[in-house]
Amino acid sequence: MSNVPANLKYTESHEWVRVEADGTVTIGITDHAQEALGDLVFVELPEVGKAYAAGQESAVVESVKAAADVYAPIAGEVTAVNQDAADAPESVNQDAYAAWLFKLKPANAADVDALLDAAAYAKISE
Amino acid sequence: MTQKTVLNEVHRKAGARMVDFGGWDMPVNYGSQIEEHHAVRNNCGMFDVSHMCAVDVVGPDAKAFLLRLVANNVDKLKVAGKALYSAMLNDAGGVVDDLIIYYLNDTTWRIVINAGTATKDLAWMAARQKDWGLNLTITERRDGNNPLGMIAVQGPNAKAKVWEVLPQVKAASEGLAPFFGVQVGDYFVATTGYTGETGFEIALPAADAAALWDKLAAAGVAPCGLGARDTLRLEAGMNLYGNDMDETVSPLDAGLAWTVDLKSERDFVGKAALVANGQKAQFHGQVQQDKGVLRGHQKVFTAQGEGEITSGTFSPTLQQSIALARLPLGVAIGDIVEVEIRDKRLKAKVVKPVFARNGKAVV
Repeated sequence: MSNVPANLKYTESHEWVRVEADGTVTIGITDHAQEALGDLVFVELPEVGKAYAAGQESAVVESVKAAADVYAPIAGEVTAVNQDAADAPESVNQDAYAAWLFKLKPANAADVDALLDAAAYAKISE
Repeated sequence: MTQKTVLNEVHRKAGARMVDFGGWDMPVNYGSQIEEHHAVRNNCGMFDVSHMCAVDVVGPDAKAFLLRLVANNVDKLKVAGKALYSAMLNDAGGVVDDLIIYYLNDTTWRIVINAGTATKDLAWMAARQKDWGLNLTITERRDGNNPLGMIAVQGPNAKAKVWEVLPQVKAASEGLAPFFGVQVGDYFVATTGYTGETGFEIALPAADAAALWDKLAAAGVAPCGLGARDTLRLEAGMNLYGNDMDETVSPLDAGLAWTVDLKSERDFVGKAALVANGQKAQFHGQVQQDKGVLRGHQKVFTAQGEGEITSGTFSPTLQQSIALARLPLGVAIGDIVEVEIRDKRLKAKVVKPVFARNGKAVV
C-alpha cells in the first residue's frame, strides 16, 4: 500500500504539491508513481524562470522500464529545482516526498485549492 | 483472461509486482529490478520461465522435419543433449519465432518456443508437418497433459546453488558444456539462458515447480522478474522476439545471420526469400552519450539515413543507456549517431551488440 501524506495536495497524474510559507509550491511525484515506474535512472528538471500552464509537461522521470512526464499541477513560474534528485534519481524511489523535483510561484494561489486532497488521491491510486 | 504459470501464487505471496506479458500474468520485479539485475551478474537469481513452451518432436521423421522447418541447420547437432538457437521463418523470410532446439537422439528433440507465440507456432508446425507428410508427433508440454514448469537459475553462483538444492542432478550436469541439456530423472537440466551469465534452465513436472522455487529461494537464490530479465538479455546482446524481430523482419536484418545456414544444399522455409532479398539493414548496439534513455521505436539519424531502436533500456552494469538498433548499411562501429528522444536529438555511439557478460562490461 503506498504512502499518501495527509498534509499534501495531489493530482490525478500522480504529482504531489506542498504549499510553502512563502506562497511557493513544491512539487514531486507520489509514492504510488515511483512504485509503478520502478527504479528511476534519469530525472530531467525544468529551467528556473520558465512559466508553465496547468497540466503542461514540465519535467521527465525515467525508470529502467519507462519514461513518464511530470505535469505542472497549477500554472506558475519555476523558482527552484532539486538538482540532488537529478543527480541521484534513486532518491525518488527511496522517499518520493523528500525528493522533490521543482518549486513553482503560482500564477494564482487559489488554484491549489482545486487539487485533490489525500483522501481523494488515495482512492484513485488504490 | 490472462494465463498464469504454476508459480503465480508463489510470486504473489512474495509481493511481486505483476504485469500482463503477452497474455501472461508475470512478475516484473519483487522490489527493485536493478538489485535483481545485479544479483544475477554478481551472485545468482532465478526466473519463472514456465510461460515459455516446451515442445517435444518425436518420431522417425523428426530430424527431416526440423531440417526443413528452421533456418539454422540441426545437422550441426551430433552429440546427445547439444542445443541450437534458430529462427523459424515464414515463406517471405520473416521470423515466425526464435527458439532453442535440443537434440536428444535422432528421433527425439525438444524445442522451447516463446510464450506469446506458442499457439501460432504450434499451428505453423502442425501445418508444415501435414504439408510434408512426415511421420512424427508434436507435443506441447505447457497447457496440456504432463505440463512442465521451467525455472532459469542464472549467475556466477547459480550452478553451485542448484547442486546444493538438487544434489541428484550434479553428476550428470557438472561436465555439461555451454548450450547442452540432459534429462536426469524428472529434471531436464540445460546450460542455456538469456542473461549472459552461467547457470541452468531447469524443466520439471509443473506440480513440483513451486517446491523447487521455494528451496532455491531458501538457499539464497534471488527471485527475479521480467524487468531484470530484459535488462540482462539486452546487455548480453540477445534479441527479444516482437521487439528486435517479427514476421515482417528478415533474420539477416536482425543480427541473426549467424544462425541462418545458407551454405548447405538443404532447403528450408524462407530460404528462397532470404537469398532473393539479401541483407537490407544491419543490427548494431548503441551506447547513449548524452543523458536520457534509449527506447524501442526511437528514430536514429545517421549519415547513411534513418534507422530505428528496436530495444533500449538503462544498463545497470554500464550505468548508461544502451540499445539494439536496426541501422542503414554502411554505418560503422564507432560512428556517432543521433537519436530522437522526445523533442531532442541526442548522441549515441554505435558498438557491437554485446554490452556485458559474465559480470563485466564489454564495451
